Amino acid sequence: MRYAMAIDTKKCVGCSDCVIACQLENNVPVGYCREWVVESTNGTYPNLEMEFRSERCHHCANPPCVRCCPTGASHIEEGGVVLVTHEQCIGCGACIASCPYDARYPHPEGYVDKCTFCIHKVRKGEQPACVSVCPTQCLYFGDLDDPNSEVSKKIAIRKYKRLKTEAGTDPQLYFLI
Amino acid sequence: MEEELIISGRMNYKVDPMLHIWGWEIPFYLFVGGVAAGILFFASFYYLRGKERVYPATIKIAPLLTPFLLITGLVALFMDLNHKMYFWRLYTHIRMESPMSWGAWTLMVVTPLSIIWSFTYVREVFPKIDWKKRWIYQLEAFLVKHRRTMAWIMVFYSVILGIYTGILLSAFNARPLWNTSILGPLFLASGLSAGAALIIVFAKNKIERKLFSQIDIVIIAAELFFIVHMFMGFLASTEVQQEAAAMFLGGRYTLPFWIFVVFLGMIVPAILELLELRGQRIPVYIPAILILIGNIMLRFIIVEAGQASRYLY
Repeated sequence: MRYAMAIDTKKCVGCSDCVIACQLENNVPVGYCREWVVESTNGTYPNLEMEFRSERCHHCANPPCVRCCPTGASHIEEGGVVLVTHEQCIGCGACIASCPYDARYPHPEGYVDKCTFCIHKVRKGEQPACVSVCPTQCLYFGDLDDPNSEVSKKIAIRKYKRLKTEAGTDPQLYFLI
Repeated sequence: MEEELIISGRMNYKVDPMLHIWGWEIPFYLFVGGVAAGILFFASFYYLRGKERVYPATIKIAPLLTPFLLITGLVALFMDLNHKMYFWRLYTHIRMESPMSWGAWTLMVVTPLSIIWSFTYVREVFPKIDWKKRWIYQLEAFLVKHRRTMAWIMVFYSVILGIYTGILLSAFNARPLWNTSILGPLFLASGLSAGAALIIVFAKNKIERKLFSQIDIVIIAAELFFIVHMFMGFLASTEVQQEAAAMFLGGRYTLPFWIFVVFLGMIVPAILELLELRGQRIPVYIPAILILIGNIMLRFIIVEAGQASRYLY
């Protein structure tokens, strides 16, 4: 099993609904976010191109945060989901410094927090909060090992890019372009 | 032109707009840990070479400082943790992939050793001390017998302590400035040079001072080589590393780095020590203090600039 997410940048309008849904679902403290939306502008006026990307932890297949964690709090869960066990985290910040995507943050309660792919919902057979709430339905979540999952089907037929692959992380967010 | 903006207002504390997860505590610890590693290395190395009589400042006096250095370093590390009450989790795991994990275990070996080593020499340095209790004298006699074993462990672990801090930073490939394997040897060399500088301050006899002045000059030359080599590596590397180097070659860290770390912290003290070896009378405190200031600046600048360097967003 290999969970992954595809984000259709052609359909995303940058409304940030996913960000709010995540904050509500996961009780993210005020002023913090586990996911965010990036607006990327390319070119020189008047020939501009714009892209919206809903971003979160990339749940890398080769995660530097898990490597550098001194206590084993950061670990790879079933389906390749990268999680933090709060009771094992000492809040040293090594994983935060190691993440090329800056996807982690120190929770006010001390431990390090991040996107979980809403694993608590996924285990019940539901979709992650961001996916289920997206008004343009531009987010697709599923198992890459299953050729019939929505995410597998999307990346089989669409052109996609992954971010900062040069960091050697093998990220599992696929941005459809 | 490409411009990328986070439009959803991500402003995570200590992460945005620029990573600053590590404040003064980490570079302070890197400094005191490096100095302690330097002193303990020279103490155990020269002990093993049978120079106890010739180099008393190295083997007996300077190590008395190291427990205090290491303990203040540990306090700083503890203050840096965000989830403090769980710090003991460091000692429920040994994670070979994580330099921080081996650092934690190394400190667990080196700190008690530095205390024991100092304890065996306290009465030699301060002859008036009376332990009062008989069992303390027995313990002391027992430990004195095992100094050689301690020295063997210490010579090995002090090098790990000196080098792991650099390796820890260099393991973060997300921060291009840190992502160079030169950082480990550079931090080890700078810790050794600070250790040698402190030993010179305590040294009373000429032979010891002369030796450590010579050692210091050689180490500073090595450090300068590492620094030049580091920037050559950056400039020949990818765009992100070229940009990391640009912060020091015209960017905002240029002046503090080249003036305080390289010029005042390495070149000037090396020249002063050379002059001293040639017979000029120079107060030993001047090069020693310059080296220590250069050392602490190096740690602070590298830790901060590393967090400012990133994969372009």
